[in-house]
Amino acid sequence: MAFLDLLRFVVAALRGHRLRTVLSVSGVAIGIAAVVALTALGEGARRYVTREFMSLGSNLVIVLPGKVETTGGSPPFGGVVHDLTLEDYRAILTRVPGVRDAAPLAVASEEIRFGDRARSVPVLGTTANFASVRRIRVAAGRFLGSEDPDAGGNEMVLGTKVADELFGSESALGRVVRVGPYRFRVVGVLAPRGRGLGFDFDDLVFVPARTAMRMFNRSSLFRVLVEVRDPGEMESVKKAVTALMSERHRVDDVTVITQDAMVAAFSSIMNALTLALAGIASVSLAVAGVGIMNVMLVSVTERRAEIGLLKAVGVTDRQVLAAFLTEAVVLSATGGAVGMALAAAAIAAFTRVYPTFPAVPPAWAVAAAAAMSLLVGTVFGVWPARRATRLDPIAALARR
Amino acid sequence: MIELTGIWRTYTMGSRPLHAVRDVSLRIGPGEHVALIGPSGSGKSTLLHLLGCLDRPTAGAFLFEGREVGALDEEERSKLRRHRIGFVFQFFHLLPRLDAQGNVELPMLFAGVSRAERRERAARALAAVGLAARASHRPDQLSGGERQRVAIARAVVMGPSLLLADEPTGNLDRASSQEVMALLESMNRDGLTLVVVTHDAEIASRARRVVRLADGEIVSDAPSSRAEPLPGG
Repeated sequence: MAFLDLLRFVVAALRGHRLRTVLSVSGVAIGIAAVVALTALGEGARRYVTREFMSLGSNLVIVLPGKVETTGGSPPFGGVVHDLTLEDYRAILTRVPGVRDAAPLAVASEEIRFGDRARSVPVLGTTANFASVRRIRVAAGRFLGSEDPDAGGNEMVLGTKVADELFGSESALGRVVRVGPYRFRVVGVLAPRGRGLGFDFDDLVFVPARTAMRMFNRSSLFRVLVEVRDPGEMESVKKAVTALMSERHRVDDVTVITQDAMVAAFSSIMNALTLALAGIASVSLAVAGVGIMNVMLVSVTERRAEIGLLKAVGVTDRQVLAAFLTEAVVLSATGGAVGMALAAAAIAAFTRVYPTFPAVPPAWAVAAAAAMSLLVGTVFGVWPARRATRLDPIAALARR
Repeated sequence: MIELTGIWRTYTMGSRPLHAVRDVSLRIGPGEHVALIGPSGSGKSTLLHLLGCLDRPTAGAFLFEGREVGALDEEERSKLRRHRIGFVFQFFHLLPRLDAQGNVELPMLFAGVSRAERRERAARALAAVGLAARASHRPDQLSGGERQRVAIARAVVMGPSLLLADEPTGNLDRASSQEVMALLESMNRDGLTLVVVTHDAEIASRARRVVRLADGEIVSDAPSSRAEPLPGG
């Protein structure tokens, strides 16, 4: 028997039970839509985070005080963490080959005041180098003036939101802002930039590094950001920085990470998240499969006379099995197609609301969803189809 | 064409064996018209199902056109039904979702006959039962007699040598019954072997040979009182 003939026969049978068909198709459709849409969200989150890391500026090596892994025993014999100082920063900038630029970074949250207005914001202490390392653009005035980490001074650069909140429509340039007992003169306002991994660049202020550390009463930097001249030199710079720090601290007590490593780590976390979402969504697909099985069992019971007749006119058991199995697969495959369409619509609607979120289902998820929709019909269709073949035609034909 | 020798069909009901057919031996030649009669539970339907290869004898030999049916597997028996045997049932068993044409095409569909040939052969079969004009009607748009004629068209469309009818007029009024029997008889005259199970004495008397069963055994096997002489003598 030609497959097309079988398909036509099966579709006619399904159309005979329109409501039942529609319901079981929607079961699979919801499952498939859930798989595709949720993995699209997961993949979107992965891409979003990756993009955020990339926006740190490429070729970035980040030095932070302390070791990420656990080392040594009790404090007197190991695990002593030296401060990451401005002198360390200066050494990295001047002595490590392959470094194009570097910027120190000290961070604390402080309340800044202008007149009777106050706002609690992250205060970042750094040097003029930060502007090039992190691709900072200013909308008015200029960034911090000095590349000397020890220069100190009372310059301040405001994020655009901070400027708006404190000064409204007035110009912030030249104004004096207070942070506790310290007084700063505003020399620049950043161009709007939005969030960048942990920091909202519109809602923070920059001050010179030395001043910041004195003000925060800290002896250690938060980070040193190192920009490498060439991507091929990432590893050598990383090694050289580690060696330099070991030499200066007499112990290997800093962590040096490259952006690649961070991106890879986050990417794998996000992939795991996406897989977990896909797994959760698959449960609904299994439920849909049970739905198909139920519908097919009802169908077999209801169509006993038809099955008996088919056997009487010489349809073989194998053909009966094929017919009912095809019916289940047509149900689930149709559900799969509808589900994909639903997911596409949902993703389109989502990206319309959140245009910056790159929600795209990964190819593997789409392929897996398509395969699963076929598989669900096959797996959950086998048993009802086998019941159809085992049906006794005589008993089936005896009743009307 | 049919040769039953010492056929038994035994079901197990609980722990006791139930002999639906016991030690039946029967020969039916090509072109015969046989009525199987007997009270309910006499085994006539079981015998018909055995003849139609829908059921297998528990014991005995069953030769159909010279082949031992007991030795055939499911697939071979299905093919035998497909090509050599037609069935007509009391409840017609037409598929409600298909029109008359579609119902007649059904056996050919699963036999792998091409679409064009199916159309043509089904149209011819419907014309032969006088329903060419009703080809696109669904069963619920047809009368009982018309439905049974569609079922007959379906039964003969593959060109079988044996037609088995299980109470073919059991659900029909008198006029329709006459029509259906006349149709079956005309096919019989054209060479089709016809076996009819019935408990209607009048229908039985139209056959040339009446086999009476009781308790699974043949109690009489005689030419019908009203039988016309065989063509050609």
